[in-house]
Amino acid sequence: MWEFTIPLMAAAVQSGTPILYATLGEMMTEKGGVLNLGVEGIMAVAALAAFVTSFATGSPWLAFLAGGTAGLLFASLHAFVCITCLGNQVVSGLALTILGLGVSTFLGVPYVGLAAPGFDPFAFPLLSAIPVVGDIFFRQDMLVYISFVIPLLFWVFFRRTSLGLHVTATGEMPAAAAAVGLKPVALRYFAVLTGGFLIGLGGAYLSLAYTHLWTNGLSGGRGWIAVALVIFAFWRPGRAVIGAYLFGGVMAFQLRLQAMGTHIPSSLLLMLPYLLTILVLIFSAWRGRRIDAPAALGTNIEPEA
Amino acid sequence: MALKIRKRDEPWKWGALVIFLGALLFSLVVSGLLLAGQGKDALQGMLILWEGSFGNLWALEGALLKAIPLFLCSLGVAVAFRMQIWNIGAEGQFALGAIGATWMALSFPHLPWYGLMPLMFIMAFLLGGTWAFIPAVLKLKLRVNEIISTLMLNYIAILLLDYLVFGVWKDPTSFGFPMTPEFTSGAVIVGIGTSRVHWGLLFCAVVGTGLWAFMRFTRLGFELKASGEGARVARYAKIRYGLLTMFVMCLSGGFAGWAGCIETSAVLNRLQPSLMVGYGYTAIVVAWLARLEPLNIAFGSFLLAALRVGVENLQLELQIPAAFGVIMEGMILLTVLAGQFFLTYRIERVPLEGEE
Repeated sequence: MWEFTIPLMAAAVQSGTPILYATLGEMMTEKGGVLNLGVEGIMAVAALAAFVTSFATGSPWLAFLAGGTAGLLFASLHAFVCITCLGNQVVSGLALTILGLGVSTFLGVPYVGLAAPGFDPFAFPLLSAIPVVGDIFFRQDMLVYISFVIPLLFWVFFRRTSLGLHVTATGEMPAAAAAVGLKPVALRYFAVLTGGFLIGLGGAYLSLAYTHLWTNGLSGGRGWIAVALVIFAFWRPGRAVIGAYLFGGVMAFQLRLQAMGTHIPSSLLLMLPYLLTILVLIFSAWRGRRIDAPAALGTNIEPEA
Repeated sequence: MALKIRKRDEPWKWGALVIFLGALLFSLVVSGLLLAGQGKDALQGMLILWEGSFGNLWALEGALLKAIPLFLCSLGVAVAFRMQIWNIGAEGQFALGAIGATWMALSFPHLPWYGLMPLMFIMAFLLGGTWAFIPAVLKLKLRVNEIISTLMLNYIAILLLDYLVFGVWKDPTSFGFPMTPEFTSGAVIVGIGTSRVHWGLLFCAVVGTGLWAFMRFTRLGFELKASGEGARVARYAKIRYGLLTMFVMCLSGGFAGWAGCIETSAVLNRLQPSLMVGYGYTAIVVAWLARLEPLNIAFGSFLLAALRVGVENLQLELQIPAAFGVIMEGMILLTVLAGQFFLTYRIERVPLEGEE
């Protein structure tokens, strides 16, 4: 029993990590009141940027940052279209995904099948010695350990800093925020760009740690799952962690079943994460009734004429 | 001097067209730079793209051929968008339509076309419609976000298609390739005269006109447009919003299902995974560029279909990846979105205080 469960749970944490980064990134964006459906495209572009950087420089750390930066730059297109030009947030996000998948496939052609240095798992000193927990959480790669800290930072940012409070205010009521002298437009830019950076880190994880090579379609729907998880998490970082590992678990489970050679056709097994996404949405709709969604989510700030 | 944003007093008459052309030009320039970045001759590339899209009869036929599924999917997407329902699931509904048509084609291979074809179209509409009905019910009863549920159903539909062609429907004589047996003659939509373009084109014309008339002349069509103004307006107008939502989503999915049926029957003559080339996603681009108007959608479908054919030419002649076309689609859409700002606002120069 244990010899199956513990590796499975460790694998759940690993495959949940890119989703966790992306979910927190989208949550950041939405906290500022902007819906970004470009997560899938941002992840794809960031995964390529990270891979190419690692391939060219041999430095995974530089590559990780490059992924985040690519995510930030790509998200800035969405910020410009929605915040400055008042474009429709839904359509702009979709356009971003189409563009991102196109760009990553197009520019990635010469790299398909190549490998680049990335991050490998190692036993975290002391903590890995804890029974069960150590095996699941502390025999991972460095990027997983970093992802443990980010939800905490996220929580502190929104609960304990004034900037976090201001971002929340623009997501709830930009007009009121402006009335008390805040700059909602700038705050929204901040939310979309930092969110894009985090989503980019999730993309980078895919090419640097999840695989060490470049293939097309690396994002494989994880960006969309992240969008759904933000709803599931009621815009709270703690629940994002649970959601991400839940999905990581299903993905890992499905891979393991395939490897064990079950008689279930692989196409049916591959449906599991997508079916689960719908179930998760049903569950959160039933439980949450969207009470915690930022009130101004999806609506643009009209300039005063 | 300072710049100030002003709301326009009256709409900018040719604005939409100017913005569209501007976006097209902009994305052509950026795509050219992208080609140059790959070490290709950008100008030559653009000529090849043009040649491949509109340069000869073969190209025009190819564009018309690809415009058919695009038009139907886009029409479906647009009907839902009209009501502010975000059906992103045309890709999956397209797959389900193809599955429905194939199911009938494989079940009744000996029927003549006038017996089999209606069955295929009905089943394609039913399955495509069902695939859109699920998110509609989830949205109404449980307030599940339809953007994500329709998207997830896309992934599931494609895997379902894989499951069928790799499994129960696999042609035993296909040497292991994932495809169904070839359709019998009664299940194949044939070309018009000697051209490659098939009778699906006529079907599109009928459906397009039908939808236009429906939106314009029927009470339901009026209610649909009114509901687009928001659920609250709809409630004031005593519109049964829930019922209308379900109806519209079924219609939307049914249209995409028809596209899948026609594409399987007329172009591939069998079900195989290469059917899925992203028409459902391009349809979103078309619908939005066309501002959800049926006639514009016809033009938009033709234009983006021509772009696809042109990129195929580029692929052959300069070894440019097919994703080049996807980039252009995304870029055009993003630029148009940004440009639409100027439809409602104008930027005026106002003198600063103390200035003349």
